[in-house]
Amino acid sequence: MSFDFGRVALFIFFFVVPVIGIALGLRSPAMRSRIPIITAFIAGMIPILSLYIPKGFLSGPQGMSPRLDRWLIIVAGFALLLGIVNVVQNNSRRIARRDAGWAFSVVLLAGLLVTGSLGIWGAVSGEGIGFRADGSTTPFKWIEDRFFQPLQSTIFSLLAFFMASAAFRAFRARNTEATILLVAAGLVMAGRVPLFELLAAPFPALQPSAASVSLFLGGLTEWIMNIPNGAAQSGIIIGDALGAASMAIRVILGIERGYLGLGAGE
Amino acid sequence: MRWATRFRLLAVLSALAGSAAWAATSSSAPVPANLVARDNPGDSGGAILLTWTPADSGSLPSDSIHIFRAEAPAFEWKQLAATTPSAGRYVDQTAAAGHVYRYELRSGGISAAVSEPASSRDNWFRNERANSLIATIIFLIAVLGSIAMARSGKPLFIRKIAGLNAVDEAIGRATETGKKVLYVPGIQSMDDIQTVASVSVLGHVARATARYGTDLDVANRDPLTFASARETVRSAYLAEGRPDLYREEMVNYVTYDQFAFVAAVSARMVRERPATIFLIGHFFAESLILAETGQSVGAIQIAGQADPTQLPFFVATCDYTLIGEELFAASAYLSREPVLLGSIRGQDIFKALCLIVGIVGIVMASFGNNWVAQVLLTR
Repeated sequence: MSFDFGRVALFIFFFVVPVIGIALGLRSPAMRSRIPIITAFIAGMIPILSLYIPKGFLSGPQGMSPRLDRWLIIVAGFALLLGIVNVVQNNSRRIARRDAGWAFSVVLLAGLLVTGSLGIWGAVSGEGIGFRADGSTTPFKWIEDRFFQPLQSTIFSLLAFFMASAAFRAFRARNTEATILLVAAGLVMAGRVPLFELLAAPFPALQPSAASVSLFLGGLTEWIMNIPNGAAQSGIIIGDALGAASMAIRVILGIERGYLGLGAGE
Repeated sequence: MRWATRFRLLAVLSALAGSAAWAATSSSAPVPANLVARDNPGDSGGAILLTWTPADSGSLPSDSIHIFRAEAPAFEWKQLAATTPSAGRYVDQTAAAGHVYRYELRSGGISAAVSEPASSRDNWFRNERANSLIATIIFLIAVLGSIAMARSGKPLFIRKIAGLNAVDEAIGRATETGKKVLYVPGIQSMDDIQTVASVSVLGHVARATARYGTDLDVANRDPLTFASARETVRSAYLAEGRPDLYREEMVNYVTYDQFAFVAAVSARMVRERPATIFLIGHFFAESLILAETGQSVGAIQIAGQADPTQLPFFVATCDYTLIGEELFAASAYLSREPVLLGSIRGQDIFKALCLIVGIVGIVMASFGNNWVAQVLLTR
């Protein structure tokens, strides 16, 4: 069995170093805030180095960088448990205090208990979470199909109505910029739907002209979307990329500590 | 004389035509030749690059050539792949690191070329990413140089960002009305840099709510973001000397499902009518549903997002929107710490460099020279 340098390095960086840091932190409070910063530095440097160094211990399938990605899933799994505990605690508290809307908390906890129990039972008993061996659906899947999916679709469908109300507010010609937006939006909408063909349908003599107008508007729409809109989007994307890189450098170097609830000097 | 001159001219023209024809055919041979096998550069091992002089397809007994491989020490030939004669290149991704192989090209069962033994190895640098490394180093120099300048005490100009100037005013309004501040840090996890930026802004917002004694509600969709946001808010209340105001339910977990999260947060907006809503982080289809619901309850809304596809929804619906890079500059802007502001200046210097390179590239490409585009090509 060959020496797995990547595994040993990860063990040192993410177990030995934090444990030593915690031990030192018991004696020196300043050390407590340094542990997450040191961990963030190491965790940030590994993917950056793997971008340029293809060595197996760093970037190979069992290297440090892919392993770190897999660890994230494990950590997220534990964090999800923390989240479920928080949901149960908060809603139990609301029911106990009879806060406004406490009945919703009862429904939520009942849903969590019933659906969660059926899912766990399906997994533990070997019946299956979604489907049984004979292809029939489990009670867990039945709840998902009959309750969860329709509710999800209902919320998503609200988007169309919200889009209309937002457009109504945004497309009012209050100033020059809003007027340009209104005109551009009108042209793009007209170019994306066969409006003129529809209007000219009862009048055969107008149909060739309507087709020409539609063709022209289609071209104009493509131009608006690809040239002015594309240029603005590219500008935003370049700014985003540089801003994200700058933010990442600040986090890796421990300059940015806001996500730890600390200022630079703390 | 005239005939002799004509003959000479004809001879010169035939020679030129002959050389042109030779030049046109010199890049290919009647059969694949010069087969070279070597380690595929810039990878973790496990791949061997084969190159050969492409062959004329018409001169071969078959339309495709077959690549055979033999492994040391037995060197028994086994078929590996088939490719076109004109390909001239193949990467064997199935080579075991450290094992020695020979390769053979066959066309219609006839051996065309055999390589010398080769093996793959673990490399130290991805050659094709040298341009990216150079750009990263220049960017680092710009950012770290600006940070050093800021540390030396030189004043830095940062333009005003309306959305961030309004943060204190928005929290003040919630304080005056006695209503809560609702903060949604997007729906992504902490591996998304927008979420990290959002949690940093949350730290500043939490400090302000701790100072003013305003109620704060942070709704989370991702469990890792939830854990991080809780620590951030708790630390902020401690740092402001108001741990008594911090409650565990301030930062709460809702659900992992996108639209169930939207339903829960929207319902909370309608029932509890927060005075101020922050929608800062990475949002997708839920952005407009949340922002429109917040607008309908009359809350002052500050949004921030780097994804251009969702930005128009926030711009149309919210009172203030942090567009793209403003989101990443927010923490530095709010804290006003010179070291953080220095990094923003470095970022702007690099952006100016990108602009110059872009303009030069456009001008060169307009004259048919794609050198800049080739240099900037990333793999």
